[in-house]
Amino acid sequence: MGMTMTQKILARAAGLESVQAGQLIEAKLDLVLGNDITTPVAITEFEKAGFTQVFDKDKIAIVLDHYTPCKDIKSAQLCKQAREFAHKHNITNFFDVGQMGVEHALLPEKGLCAPGEVIIGADSHTCTYGALGAFSTGIGSTDMAAGMATGLSWFRVPSAIKVTLKGKLQQHVSGKDVILHLIGLIGVDGALYKSIEFAGEGVASLSMDDRFTISNMAIEAGGKNGIFPVDEKTMEYINGRVNRPCEAFQADPDAVYDSEVVIDLDTLEPTVAMPHLPENTKVVSEVAGLPIDQVVIGSCTNGRIQDMRIAAGIMKGKKVASNVRCVVIPATQEIYMQAMKEGLMEVFIQAGAAVSTPTCGPCLGGHMGCMAEGERAVSTTNRNFVGRMGHVESEIILASPAVAAASAIAGCVADPRA
Amino acid sequence: MKVYKYGANVDTDVIIPARHLNNPDPKALASHCMEDIDTDFASTVEEGDIIVAGPNFGCGSSREHAPLAIKSCGVKCVIAPSFARIFYRNAINIGFPIMECAQAAEEIQAGDQVSVDFATGVITDETTGKTYQAAPFPAFINGIIQSGGLLNSLKQRGVAK
Repeated sequence: MGMTMTQKILARAAGLESVQAGQLIEAKLDLVLGNDITTPVAITEFEKAGFTQVFDKDKIAIVLDHYTPCKDIKSAQLCKQAREFAHKHNITNFFDVGQMGVEHALLPEKGLCAPGEVIIGADSHTCTYGALGAFSTGIGSTDMAAGMATGLSWFRVPSAIKVTLKGKLQQHVSGKDVILHLIGLIGVDGALYKSIEFAGEGVASLSMDDRFTISNMAIEAGGKNGIFPVDEKTMEYINGRVNRPCEAFQADPDAVYDSEVVIDLDTLEPTVAMPHLPENTKVVSEVAGLPIDQVVIGSCTNGRIQDMRIAAGIMKGKKVASNVRCVVIPATQEIYMQAMKEGLMEVFIQAGAAVSTPTCGPCLGGHMGCMAEGERAVSTTNRNFVGRMGHVESEIILASPAVAAASAIAGCVADPRA
Repeated sequence: MKVYKYGANVDTDVIIPARHLNNPDPKALASHCMEDIDTDFASTVEEGDIIVAGPNFGCGSSREHAPLAIKSCGVKCVIAPSFARIFYRNAINIGFPIMECAQAAEEIQAGDQVSVDFATGVITDETTGKTYQAAPFPAFINGIIQSGGLLNSLKQRGVAK
């Protein structure tokens, strides 16, 4: 029986000829990731278990990105614990304030993720690296501790949903609209325990930043991972970043899928997810005019250079509406610098947006833009659960950078094509 | 052992909101557990109580703080038709029992007295007298639970220093 991309990667990492959906395997890990919230819990478990050595100091990444630059004393204590562990074990890929960025934008940029690799991260959006043809998935702190100690992790081999992309995205439509549309179709548990495998001629037209955004939110459909085939754009992206051998896996022609979804990119419209679940999707024109108080442009989902360019393109020469606070957060230092060079920061600041150093900040209601009772945001982040960005009676509408930027200018939910 | 009942897609942001993740002490987490959907939960929950919920329990963030917060409240187990996969892993890895059983999750009501037998997977609603059979864990996962969690099982196998 044929295997999916994910199954082939897992078979290789488990040292097996082939694997089948449902099989329990133990796979060798190429990278183990944690952040400032999850790493301290992993360290405590690692030390409580009596482990004294990490399996490979070059294959662990610790990124202090969630509450940083530290928002309060308690988060500073967490960062201190992670920092001391990183120094004690001589962790090569430790990223502190000044070098760090939002982890899932940072790691690919630093060449730490490559096609065919197996990556676990104590952060649910670790599935982002599927954009590069890697198997990557979110796990918890105890799994991170086990991964750091052994370089191994157990997996139940997933079955898959095939998502065939046709055509080409139209102006003001991007990867965020693709993934929100998909989650709207299959639901927040539509891919539970499964891989989402992207295929079709439409893939070639998607930029790498679009693909990162799409893979990033596979978890919002319950998916174990969301993976793209490796093509010229992938190779161009990793060229100069990844300097180790890697292997691109293709799904077998007779690979078995639980179901198949076809998305026509030509006719896809700007899409938003209404409170309080990412599956509550609507075409933006259906909800245009809804009053808002805040716009957030950033995060591991949409804080990359393409996102900054799209937002600046819409905001150039315009002003953020007086009833709206707009926060723009480039996801990494490299993106920040590039945005400065291109004059995008000037556009944001002249428009009256607040521009922040990289942080996850408002996405999880951490800092840099918590909301009060009754407030509503349009946000390029990934979750709109109850209380996610602040008060339990605040609301989040998930959207693309184009919709977010247009909404910031209009002062209400707005269609960027209008 | 009374039951607390919740709907579908209970996410980890409501199980333990991110504003409380800056203190991972289990007791501190327990004091805020479920507060964004049930302000009474943390103050009324007692040792041995059970949470029954709809599908996709624990969706969202990978925060292990979520099963840890529920466990630290004294909750004996969570019964649901399905669990989000990271929550499922985390619960097993920290040795917190979860049971997949759609019929029990649907029929058991808030306030019912319920007992569970982890060895057999039998759930008994003592209020109604009905019994239910939860899906058994695969042997490999049962081994992790029997060892007292993932790290203990790894130590027993001698695969790390």
